[in-house]
Amino acid sequence: MIEIKNISKAFNDKVVLENVSGVFKKGETSLVIGASGTGKSVLLKCMLDLVEPESGDVFFDGREFLHVSENDRKDLRREMGVLFQGGALFDSKTVHQNIKFPLDMLTKMSEGEKNDRVEFCLHKVGLDGTGPRMPSEISGGMKKRVGIARAIVMNPKYLFCDEPNSGLDPLTSIKIDELIKEITDDFNITTVVITHDMNSVLSIGDNIMFLYKGKKIWEGDSTTIMTSSVKELDEFVFSNHALKKLRGEYSK
Amino acid sequence: MCVVLAGKVGSNIAGELGTMRITEQIDALEVMGINSASYLVLPKLLAAVFTFPILAIFSGFLGIFGGYLAGTLTGILTPEQYIYGIRFSFIPYNLTIPIIKSAVFGFLIATISAYKGYHTRGGALEVGKASTAAVTNSCIAILIADYLLAELLT
Repeated sequence: MIEIKNISKAFNDKVVLENVSGVFKKGETSLVIGASGTGKSVLLKCMLDLVEPESGDVFFDGREFLHVSENDRKDLRREMGVLFQGGALFDSKTVHQNIKFPLDMLTKMSEGEKNDRVEFCLHKVGLDGTGPRMPSEISGGMKKRVGIARAIVMNPKYLFCDEPNSGLDPLTSIKIDELIKEITDDFNITTVVITHDMNSVLSIGDNIMFLYKGKKIWEGDSTTIMTSSVKELDEFVFSNHALKKLRGEYSK
Repeated sequence: MCVVLAGKVGSNIAGELGTMRITEQIDALEVMGINSASYLVLPKLLAAVFTFPILAIFSGFLGIFGGYLAGTLTGILTPEQYIYGIRFSFIPYNLTIPIIKSAVFGFLIATISAYKGYHTRGGALEVGKASTAAVTNSCIAILIADYLLAELLT
């Protein structure tokens, strides 16, 4: 379980996050949604301590993360897997080497064990046989999958995904969503997904937090989001043409 | 030689680290619990400090050998005159000066360029700016360090 308490962040005079609090439960896929520029990615970076928040705390299963020693923070980070928006694969390494990298750096596993683990992760994300290829030789969707494989290679307790569907076609997006959901269920981990894709919201959102202008103004699940009376959320959800048509069905 | 290397190596280091920064590769290292600065910068720093003196020796050798070829092939000097000339007033201590200088310049180029690249924020435009800043700042640092080292070592 991840708990965030009163996270606030400003860049110069511009307030990006204002007292955002919430709980992301184990075994659930929790989504943080909102329009572009509402502070979703900044919230994720604050949770990972990649951006230092002005105030607030983050607890991983009750363990403080932000205000601890560097060594304690490093230990906690080893329990996390992160899928970045663009995949963030290392250009100079092959797909296999990218996935193996955390094992090389942080474990004392034998080469055989590492290679088995990499093959398992590649199989899990449906990319058997792509190990020798370079990141520049694979598609955007495959890069995201490799990013997921690298994120889960260390058996993380917490998985963070920053806009996993951005730049992908609808079919690939659905596959990525299903993969994230499957991994969350199979490994029983706490997953936090930053997204503005309504398809993801409806298909994998066990718990959804809506940010608007840096504030959390709604929290619920994929059912209650359709009948919410919050005006800003309503505008966000039904900005999708297909959902606009469905709106009548839900209001009946 | 080190000003040329500042252009080649400095822009390379700043460009590489800047691109890694804006594509979140450095963030990826950090969230894995790996000290990204030490993992990415230290090898470059050590490589520069140890290889620049080797390159300085190599360029010195090529300079002398080039002078020999130019002098003898054009008939301006005989080989004996050239050898006598380069050995005339030779002070062995002077050989250590370029080695020390190139190691210091290597340190300056690697640290300044790595700093500029590592702290890049924004996009492709900022990577270009970081590379330019790395080269110009390295060149200025080399000129200042050259003056100081010349005062200290001679």
